[in-house]
Amino acid sequence: MRTVFKTTYDADINLFRHGAQAFWYLSLLALMIVLPFILSDFAIGEMTNVLIWAIAGMGLMILVGQTGQASLGHAAFLAVGCYANVLLQEKLGLPFILSFPLAGVIAGLSGVALAIPTSKLHGIYLAIGTLAVSILVDDLIVIAEPLTGGINGLYAPTIDIFGIQFDRYGTPVRFYGLILFVTVLVVLAYRNILRSPLGRSFAAVRDSEISAQAMGVNVARTKAVAFGISTAITGLAGALMGHFSGIFNNETFTIIISIQMLLMIVIGGLGSIHGAFFGAVVIALLPQAIARVRDGVGALTGTSIAIPGMESAVFGAILILFILFEPMGIYGRWLKIRTYFELFPFYRRDMFRRQRSYLKTERMR
Amino acid sequence: MSLLEVENVTLKFGGVTAVNNVSFSVEEGEVFALVGPNGAGKSTLFNLVSRFYDPVAGDIRFAGESILNKAPHEIARLGIARTFQNIELFEQATVLQNLLVGRHRHRRGNLFSETLFTPFVRREERRHREAVEKVIDFLDLQPYREKYIAGLPYGVRKVVEMGRALAIEPRLLLLDEPASGLSVEETQDVAYWVEDIKTQMGVTVLMVEHDMHLVSAVSDRVMALADGKMLAIGTAQEVQNHPKVIEAYIGVADENERVVA
Repeated sequence: MRTVFKTTYDADINLFRHGAQAFWYLSLLALMIVLPFILSDFAIGEMTNVLIWAIAGMGLMILVGQTGQASLGHAAFLAVGCYANVLLQEKLGLPFILSFPLAGVIAGLSGVALAIPTSKLHGIYLAIGTLAVSILVDDLIVIAEPLTGGINGLYAPTIDIFGIQFDRYGTPVRFYGLILFVTVLVVLAYRNILRSPLGRSFAAVRDSEISAQAMGVNVARTKAVAFGISTAITGLAGALMGHFSGIFNNETFTIIISIQMLLMIVIGGLGSIHGAFFGAVVIALLPQAIARVRDGVGALTGTSIAIPGMESAVFGAILILFILFEPMGIYGRWLKIRTYFELFPFYRRDMFRRQRSYLKTERMR
Repeated sequence: MSLLEVENVTLKFGGVTAVNNVSFSVEEGEVFALVGPNGAGKSTLFNLVSRFYDPVAGDIRFAGESILNKAPHEIARLGIARTFQNIELFEQATVLQNLLVGRHRHRRGNLFSETLFTPFVRREERRHREAVEKVIDFLDLQPYREKYIAGLPYGVRKVVEMGRALAIEPRLLLLDEPASGLSVEETQDVAYWVEDIKTQMGVTVLMVEHDMHLVSAVSDRVMALADGKMLAIGTAQEVQNHPKVIEAYIGVADENERVVA
């Protein structure tokens, strides 16, 4: 087990706790940069998809994992980001380098607009409120047909940054590189928020609104900021999704996507950046994995099996298993395994058991 | 001018008058204790000063200015910190993070500088950390710095909560039953700390406490409440011997039913 001797306060402020940690994360980054040159185009596409989902997951994680506000409406903000990005390019002729951040800003502002009326809602009520938004946006896309193309959808143009083309099929490595770059930026922003007063005020609102107030945290405003940051990141992911899939319509961002996003971060592990990535791997690769297994079974038995709804069923089953056996998600499991080896042979089974918390002050409203 | 002035404050919950026309003032630099049986309205008074409740009548002034037009989160910015009777810590955060939330009042960065984590934000973080470390030293919380609240014993949580309130660097500290549920030794620690908070830090303390030993050891003045009404105000000795207070606690002695000792 590693013991870090801290000699300055900076040891707790820095991005990495110690040199070895920095080394491993940078190695991972180096691997992510090198991998596309080794893998097939198909695999690069899958990795790109994972990263886009991870960005979306981080967006939702800020809100659900860090601030404790449930949202079942984040597909709506994927849609806002996606449509804003493409429409800014198509209708206003803005280049991607402007339309992309603007799409994030627009999605963020719409998130703040949603947070203002819903800031008094908690738990399941907030989830239902945001669920309504998801349904609403689905319909709005259809109604605003002249702008959005309705159910026919829109085509995302090839990304062009100062004459360099980024296309999923034409230049998959370059497209992957762009997504990786955005992912790293989002991770850095997320980490910075976590280690600054803003991130702590999120945690304060999550754990006890009443004492957050007593500490001088403006709860309604903090929630609005959390919504804004969360939906802005989600909007960026939506914009990238549009470019990734090439064509999209209202069906691309249904309520099912909202639910999948929430499942993704729960399976990955609430409250951590790692969780968003683990969840993204599961959600992005599961359809492929199911298809592979199905083909394998089909080849083995000589029949073709295609069960409709298989994906949702497997997804649901995985979620139930996680909630029953590993509520802390894949990241939680990883922490346990790591601790087991770090402390070997002194790991105890109850080390991560949550203690029952003591009486809470009666909520004052 | 008194630091905190509560003037003819009344609060009703439906038909129940929780606080009935109560007035008192806390002078700068003193330890003022509120005592009384359960349901006397002590915690309600705290929640009134914290602005969690709105009084139906009366005024509350801090440093000469009415705070009734302030939102609850603005109270900490004025320099009023508080603890909670049943501990309201941020459970899924470390002790250090909890104390750092107490520094929120002193936050000078904004959304953008913090997202970019500019050198200014880093300097601010160091400054906050230094202030928090002073509190940690003061309350001997060093062993628990990196521990999550969810795994800490009750007594430590109580201390962390006091530390979090101190990290605000308040002018007025509201302690809601700082010694409830603590052992005798821990209660003595609290007594020393309250003494030091007053003398070394120059912070005025308003506390609710049932432990009369603690109250008489640390408080300059005591106010007794029962059924939302003020009974007596004075030194701990005076209040304890006040006939109305004795009546509220153990009832009035009936001449005909005197217990034979």
